[in-house]
Amino acid sequence: MQYETVIGLETHAELLTETKLFCGCLNRFGAPPNTLVCPVCLGLPGVLPVMNKKGFEMALKATLALHCRVNQFTTFDRKNYYYPDLPKNYQISQNYLNLGVDGYLEIKYDGQEKRIRVHNVHLEEEAGKLIHTEEPGADYSLVDFNRAGVPLLEIVTYPDMRSLEEAEAYMNTLRNVLLYTEVSDCKMQEGSLRFEASISLRPTGQEKLGNRVEIKNLNSMKAVLKALEYETGRQRESLEGGGVVAMETRLWDELRERTERMRTKEEAHDYRYFPEPDLAPVVIKDQWLEELSATLPELPLARRNRFVTELGLSDYDAGVLAEDKAVADYFERCVSHYESPKVVCNWVTNDVLRELKERRLEIKDFPVGPEMLVELIKLVETGAVSMPVARGVFVEMVDTKKKAPQLVQERGLLQISDSAELEGIIQAILTENPNALTDYKKGKKTAFTFLVGQIMRKTKGKANPQMVNELLKQKLEAS
Amino acid sequence: MKVTELIYLTGYQLKEKLLSRGLTAQEVVEGLFAHLDEVEPIVRAYLLLDREGAMRKAREMDARLKKGEGLGLLGGIPIAVKDNMCTSGLKTTCASRILENFIPPYDAHVVERLKEADAIIIGKTNLDEFAMGSSTENSAFKLTRNPWDPKRIPGGSSGGSAAAVSAGTALMALGSDTGGSVRQPAALCGVTGLKPTYGRVSRYGLVAFGSSLDQIGPITRDVRDAALLLQVIAGRDLKDSTSSDIPVPDYLKEIEKPVKGLRLGLPREYFMEGLNEEVRRAVEEAVKVYKKLGMAIHEISLPHTPYAVAVYYIIATAEASSNLARYDGVRYGYRAANTQNIIEMYSRSRVEGFGREVKRRIMLGTYALSSGYYEAYYLKASKVRNLIGQDFSSAFESVDFILCPTSPTPAFKLGERLANPLEMYLSDVYTIPANLAGIPAISIPCGFTRENLPIGLQLMARPFEEAGLLQVARAYERETEWHLRRPEL
Ligand SMILES: [Zn+2]
Repeated sequence: MQYETVIGLETHAELLTETKLFCGCLNRFGAPPNTLVCPVCLGLPGVLPVMNKKGFEMALKATLALHCRVNQFTTFDRKNYYYPDLPKNYQISQNYLNLGVDGYLEIKYDGQEKRIRVHNVHLEEEAGKLIHTEEPGADYSLVDFNRAGVPLLEIVTYPDMRSLEEAEAYMNTLRNVLLYTEVSDCKMQEGSLRFEASISLRPTGQEKLGNRVEIKNLNSMKAVLKALEYETGRQRESLEGGGVVAMETRLWDELRERTERMRTKEEAHDYRYFPEPDLAPVVIKDQWLEELSATLPELPLARRNRFVTELGLSDYDAGVLAEDKAVADYFERCVSHYESPKVVCNWVTNDVLRELKERRLEIKDFPVGPEMLVELIKLVETGAVSMPVARGVFVEMVDTKKKAPQLVQERGLLQISDSAELEGIIQAILTENPNALTDYKKGKKTAFTFLVGQIMRKTKGKANPQMVNELLKQKLEAS
Repeated sequence: MKVTELIYLTGYQLKEKLLSRGLTAQEVVEGLFAHLDEVEPIVRAYLLLDREGAMRKAREMDARLKKGEGLGLLGGIPIAVKDNMCTSGLKTTCASRILENFIPPYDAHVVERLKEADAIIIGKTNLDEFAMGSSTENSAFKLTRNPWDPKRIPGGSSGGSAAAVSAGTALMALGSDTGGSVRQPAALCGVTGLKPTYGRVSRYGLVAFGSSLDQIGPITRDVRDAALLLQVIAGRDLKDSTSSDIPVPDYLKEIEKPVKGLRLGLPREYFMEGLNEEVRRAVEEAVKVYKKLGMAIHEISLPHTPYAVAVYYIIATAEASSNLARYDGVRYGYRAANTQNIIEMYSRSRVEGFGREVKRRIMLGTYALSSGYYEAYYLKASKVRNLIGQDFSSAFESVDFILCPTSPTPAFKLGERLANPLEMYLSDVYTIPANLAGIPAISIPCGFTRENLPIGLQLMARPFEEAGLLQVARAYERETEWHLRRPEL
């Protein structure tokens, strides 16, 4: 029997605020344990939360970017559960009147666009972090509360994804939207973007959903995909063997690459949600929404499509460029100085992205700015330098932060386009390689390529390739 | 000035004496502690005394007076603070084993305000554990006695604060009121107790019991002192999102205005079964005083009153079950020894750290919020709470103030109601509605029983009408002398 996979995702994204959600402590990754804390985020007796307006606004911005209906009267609720990393043993979250409901995210996979519906978007506070000591036989764990109270956005989808590929496209697109709207840095290795998945299988063509399994402890997109793949197999096997998939929560074991039962449906937590009495409801006026909507940037998919329709790029290239807002911005700044988007695109997708990757740089720290790159591209266009030389110059520009014309001059890399000079060089090469000449006469085409190579070698790549081609051909035909 | 005279002064009077240099602040504090050393072994109002801090502040006051400098609004007045308000560097226990050694690194907002106003903080007073109770018998540390009859309870949960003001071991005190915890002990100890409008006074640093009900209020020897203390603690605090930015009027000026022509409502539901006859008579006599002062008296109805206690015990316990979850032995407070795992550490720390009544309320509240019961209990209670609020708003369309007893009975005997929590809960039947509606209410002395036990009169007003409320209370006080009586100890 054929089965269809049904996937839903819950995403937690830490917001990029200066301070925590309910107190004035800094929101920073990597500080020594328990140095970014105060009575409020430690949950000491008698303290009260005060809403960080910036954090709320960022959440609202993401909510709008996900096309949600905003609850203009939104409230906060307490989610009660005991865990040592949770200072108050309740988390201030939203349950009854979420910030945003019924939105969607448009994804593109295999050339097809699809809307993944967003059930709700809500704002909550982050918990601290348990540190399990490596000391043998230790009977304690440590808690770092630096993260406790950092604003966290939760985005919950409907079970709208039908394959691993769609789930992957969703995660990538969502990440881009959060980066584009500048509400989160989405650094998975720092835990600022985390996922939980739910997955069920049903016979293809059947309407009714199968029993759903929730998977926790997914610390990277790769883990999500691996876990979903494992779970698809496990559930299919169970169904094919005539079994029933139990409704339960399972934990992804990264090491063993498998999921394990964490708790059954019967053991599910009762969070005893109730309205948070310490925070007043937030009333969002139309004007605020309008002002925020106006600040929303063009979203990744729209930008990708515009690169195809207006700039004539391939969908693949457009996708690569639009994936990272900063890269796309860089590309567009280059294009504003140079009329051929395709040429710029080749430079950015090949050379710029390669250097960024090799040097582990972010584009904001990249030494070759858009104006500098365009200057180099123009040197190629005017024939001042050859393409191979330009590639080398580019790498040197990254190393030295020097501008292209300066490097070309310093290194004497100007292209040789003087026919008299080129003819002299060609003559010398022919004299040095009489066999090649003979081979050419016998009809061996490779001899021609060999001779061009020798000429380029002799000129260190500076010879104008087009002129070399023409002049060499003339010379060979004449001799 | 002799100690016996000192203890009859109000804060307002004492400050005038200090300013006219008839007395030094050090004399006041020394005199007060001398008196305290005599009566405290009987009354047992305090959990902690800060003799050193009080003397230091007194010396500072005297030095400033000597230089001819002025004093803050509460300059040199000895004040007691209920031990559920955080005091930086001083233990704040909530009368609970679980916080027995907890020293907060910060002041509650009200404590900051007291310090800025130059009050002299004497110490921290006893209460029912986490303010849960009506007799102060739920304290984990000591039993406080009623200064009028040491065999009786002082009321609660601010029993220590009310007993201290009554016994002359503090001139003023702060209490907190979730369901009557300022007004009921004030009534039972023969002093004045005000619960302001929800949001009038910042709750920052008040250890939370029922967050949507809790409000800090003054316990004083007369209405003028209540106005003075409220003046200092009222107003917007950025650390409490539920505190209001409605401007704070000049209460001392407002309270001396005449009350003629104002309309007073008597809710018939507050004069029914369960009301002690002597209390009823005293309250009816008070009505006559107001009639004489030219106020219009109307009988009114607050039809949802019978549901108030039930609604209160769902909402307050639900909030408490969550508020008290943080006392788990992980970061501070009591931690059980020799536990095998985290679950055992949680449960044993809480079983050993909390008293019976607190555990009872945590369980009640947890139940009321549980999946499958939330709608039937918490949600329904919230709806009825709104109806109770509407009762008051419609009543206040036809009257300006509401008058009723504060407590159905005078102070009862120690241990008398411990075995029957329901009977204990009914002690607050007249005070709870004001908390549910968030409106201000005050209790003032209005007589004594044949056994010489004080009786309290309660007045309620529209939200943020503390000025009017104090004005009406003050008008009665000027006509009567109940508030001048002192217990013999
Ligand atoms: Zn903090």
